[in-house]
Amino acid sequence: MVSVKNLPDKELFYGHKACQGCGAAIVARLAMKILGERTCVALPASCISSVTTIYPQMSFFVNNMTSSFPATGAVLSGMAAAVKAQGLKEVNVLGLAGDGGTIDIGIQALSGAIERGDDFLYICYDNEAYMNTGIQRSGLTPYGAWTTTTPTNNNDIGEKKFKKNLFEILIAHRIPYAATANVAYPNDLLKKLEKAKGIRGPKVLHILAPCPTGWGYKTEETIEIGRLAVQTGLWYLAEYENNEVTLNYRPKDFKPVKEYLAKQKRFRHLKDADFQVIEEHRDEEWKILERHLRKDEE
Amino acid sequence: MSAIELRNENKKFLSGDEAVAEGVKLCRPDVIAAYPITPQTVIVEKLSEFVASKEMDCQYLHVESEHSAMAASMGASMMGSRTFTATSSQGLLYMCEMLHYVSGSRFPIVMVNANRTVAAPWNIFGDHRDSLSQRDSGWMQVYVENGQEALDMVIQSYKIAENQSVSTPIMINLDGFVLTHTYELVSIPEQNQVDEFLPPYSTTNKFDFENPKSLCFTASPEWQTEFRYQQYEAMENAKKVIQEVDKEFSQVFGRTYGGMVEEYHCSDADYILVAMGSVAGTAKIVVDKLRKQGKKVGLVKLRFYRPFPKEYFKKLGKKAKAVGVIDRDISFGYEGAVYSDVKAALFSQGADVKTINFIAGISGRDITKEFLAEMYSQLEAIGNGDKVEEIQFTGLRWK
Repeated sequence: MVSVKNLPDKELFYGHKACQGCGAAIVARLAMKILGERTCVALPASCISSVTTIYPQMSFFVNNMTSSFPATGAVLSGMAAAVKAQGLKEVNVLGLAGDGGTIDIGIQALSGAIERGDDFLYICYDNEAYMNTGIQRSGLTPYGAWTTTTPTNNNDIGEKKFKKNLFEILIAHRIPYAATANVAYPNDLLKKLEKAKGIRGPKVLHILAPCPTGWGYKTEETIEIGRLAVQTGLWYLAEYENNEVTLNYRPKDFKPVKEYLAKQKRFRHLKDADFQVIEEHRDEEWKILERHLRKDEE
Repeated sequence: MSAIELRNENKKFLSGDEAVAEGVKLCRPDVIAAYPITPQTVIVEKLSEFVASKEMDCQYLHVESEHSAMAASMGASMMGSRTFTATSSQGLLYMCEMLHYVSGSRFPIVMVNANRTVAAPWNIFGDHRDSLSQRDSGWMQVYVENGQEALDMVIQSYKIAENQSVSTPIMINLDGFVLTHTYELVSIPEQNQVDEFLPPYSTTNKFDFENPKSLCFTASPEWQTEFRYQQYEAMENAKKVIQEVDKEFSQVFGRTYGGMVEEYHCSDADYILVAMGSVAGTAKIVVDKLRKQGKKVGLVKLRFYRPFPKEYFKKLGKKAKAVGVIDRDISFGYEGAVYSDVKAALFSQGADVKTINFIAGISGRDITKEFLAEMYSQLEAIGNGDKVEEIQFTGLRWK
């Protein structure tokens, strides 16, 4: 079974200009390790596109293109259709998009592509705001987060809506395979990438990708921050296939959310009452998740 | 082609939309991605039927919007597949962003646009406000006069767009309803002749697993100018390719369209109307009638709006006394868009020619023979030194 210990040495993603400690760059590198050379990558306007494909540089050592912001799903459909039309074998069609490019402007094209059943893998690396353009909120920005478009002051906690649930949206499509993952759990992530590679039809991975620049923590803390998101229950590791949801990791007890949130500048204005609101919402989300779980896991 | 062979040709009674679909079938695209919109719908319905009945071996993507239609076409084209899509009006505007992506990345996608006005006021009928608003999208634009020309231009368009010195997408414009839904007898070329005329798409501008590529990439200010120059150059190259392809087409199929423009009784004409699309057919009848009365009138059917036949109009400016341009469009705050371009070319060498802009056929209103005869008499008047209004709204009620 694939793990961090037996990954291929060959790098297909390097020489990029991402920030130190970039969670999204880890996603891209690990994805390329699993998917390999016969991969065609479509990137919408996003952090990853703007640090990799600026002429004459190319940081993906596979075929790649930068698509318009809303179009990733549709471009993948077109590529997959061409693969079929030309009878090409063992080609992976990969979309790599950020949270805004997925849940806001890109949701229509993604939904259409999943509905059509085209053969592609779509990865949403979620750094919880429009980071490339300078930290503006997206539909996946969490409650209470400061961004440049959800400013904070004494009366204002910043973002006042909870994250849209992409995983639930994917389940509603009855997609062949969807999973959530987190760069701080690489073996789980690699396993999911490998599984997705072996399934025909649309697959989507929603991966938490902490962002030191936008979240306000030290660049060497990306993995620790990612772990805390799972340990506090603010991110779960799950899979959906064959109409069933599997939970891949269940923390014994959730750590207080404060341990995760207080480490990040974007949440530093939050008070105990706010942490309580967030914990209540977390518990509600878990209740919804539990309803999806297979009986033997309950 | 001999007369006997012509009598044996396969003719069908088809609407413009159906003629387009027949043309597309003959070109064997690998991928079609399309979203329905009136008055383009019959094209995508017909193509769906061809694919369902296996008359066409093609991947047909039912996309969820026009933006995705063009994005999916781009995805397929960058894998080296021949692609087709069709749209109209609001749909064209909705895919506007993608038009620029496709032309800037040099993918030779062929698209038919069923010309229809744009909202508001909303309606489904024809004028050129949709396609003319996309003038600077980097696409070639050709306007056809009838169903036969629509079918033939689908075939020609692949050959022009896929030429490696051009490698630029092309939009075939077909007047909504007047052409899309009007039936005429259309000659269907033989498949083997089309196969010979149009070999399978071959390009270096595609993904390559031996030598991976970045296509449709980001370019900094340091390189943008060079890429834009290449697009400019490609369109200039297209002018020659358009003429060559039309010539080659006529040798194989026996029909010629004149390339960038078609002239009708222009050689000795003093008064010339310039028009695009279906109205050219009516104008030819009016020219015939006026010629019988001894009037020296002519018609220029402007076929290609981009690339624009600047050199042709430069020369015309030296010959004619007065030139009128029919615009099924207006650029508010100035004048008809086609008029601006024709006028700039006419006068570019200091010609002494009078010009009038007729804003006509807006949103499906008929341009009648009477209107056209009146346009010629206005041209005669201005040619004789009378004072004539430069921008005229033909048939306007409020004045």
